[in-house]
Amino acid sequence: MLAKRIIPCLDIDRGRVVKGVKFEDLQDAGDPVEVARRYDQQGADELVFLDITASSEDRPTLFQVVESVAEQIYIPLTVGGGVRQMADVRALLAAGADKVSINTAAVKNPDFVTEAGDRYGVQCIVVAIDAKRVKPARPRGLARRPRPRWEVLTHGGRRSTGVDVLDWAVKMVQRGAGELLITSVDQDGTRSGYDLELLKAISRAVSVPVIASGGVGELEHLYQGLTEGGADAVLAASIFHQGTYTIGEAKKFLSDKGVCIRL
Amino acid sequence: MAETIGVVDYGMGNLHSLGKALERVAGSTRVLISYDPDELLGCNRLVLPGVGGVRACMQELKRLELNEMVAAAAKNMPLLGICLGMQVLHEWSDENEGVPALGLVPGKVVRFPDPPADAKERLKVPHMGWNRVKQTRAHPLWAGVPDDSWFYFVHSYHAVPSRAEHVIGTAEYIHPFAAAVARDNIVAFQFHPEKSQGPGMALLANFVGWDGRS
Repeated sequence: MLAKRIIPCLDIDRGRVVKGVKFEDLQDAGDPVEVARRYDQQGADELVFLDITASSEDRPTLFQVVESVAEQIYIPLTVGGGVRQMADVRALLAAGADKVSINTAAVKNPDFVTEAGDRYGVQCIVVAIDAKRVKPARPRGLARRPRPRWEVLTHGGRRSTGVDVLDWAVKMVQRGAGELLITSVDQDGTRSGYDLELLKAISRAVSVPVIASGGVGELEHLYQGLTEGGADAVLAASIFHQGTYTIGEAKKFLSDKGVCIRL
Repeated sequence: MAETIGVVDYGMGNLHSLGKALERVAGSTRVLISYDPDELLGCNRLVLPGVGGVRACMQELKRLELNEMVAAAAKNMPLLGICLGMQVLHEWSDENEGVPALGLVPGKVVRFPDPPADAKERLKVPHMGWNRVKQTRAHPLWAGVPDDSWFYFVHSYHAVPSRAEHVIGTAEYIHPFAAAVARDNIVAFQFHPEKSQGPGMALLANFVGWDGRS
């Protein structure tokens, strides 16, 4: 039986691991190779690196980090952030990434996802979607709560697109995404749990694995994401970086609650 | 003279981490990543990795004259296929509207069925993540690897060998399927040993020391 995956996420800025709230107030959280090695030893099922470096001049730093990590860690590594063209995909895979995550570039040019999937196989193409809840317009006299809606944001959660998240998720899978990384921009950094409605809606709508992201503060949140949210994998950053819980503690917690976990 | 492991580079895979993983277990054995058929035929053992689609894979193997090289190597040296590299060892793959493959192991490659709409839990395709492998037949590569160990998979298609005796390990996803096959000096895994921590590294180490006899 396929195990649910626990994935620590490392935000990388100019070659260092950082952590911020809602993509802001960044703080240093260590050396990527050291942090990756620690998570590998604790039993992480995969690692995700998101490069949030603003300047493209610092891009080679990322390739060096990916290369050093891939040399020492024998679990799958996904790298995203600033993946704009085929040359980026090729360079990241060549540096040792197993999958690349595409976000803003997919919105600008959906054909890019198709091309990358055709060339390198859909299994190494992750489409990352930053989702923000749309405040429902409430016509007077409407008794029932309206169906929730989410909008796709780009540029690290800063820019609106007006695109509906569910439509977008389905379209991206048709286009060749092998996996979706769903981040709730509303929940990210709040430590109050994933947006479970969002996860549930997407997990039902698509046939590829879904990684839940944004909002974990307790181990119970991981459990909710995998069960109620229907996610295939859960991603978390701060609870692991700040040493609140080890990966091993998270896995034991989930396994004790009956989730299929690789221990 | 020191031995050499050849890793077939047909331009589609991420060979960096596979090369590093092999180097880690290779001891004095040299790891050579190459697309030169003559250079690869001069090696003592061969790894055929693979990611991507089967049509592009077969096209590139033919364009680089590596298909004949792999067939020749399969006659006289230990050969390890990984993921798509396992699938193309079979005769035929249904992927990309159907593609004839290398035919070194009798059988074909088919897609996982889509789950019925009313399924209680929807099993996603690709089969992506860690799954247990049951060792259904003894093989030298299983030495020191506990039965039911976890390995990392990522694939939408899986091999269906014609002969049951070629299946040495199975995993269960939607239904049981061949996760490891072996025929004479050929052995192949659907999962990625280079991404499977301890058990994966043990398999690679066993391959480095394998004489090609089952």
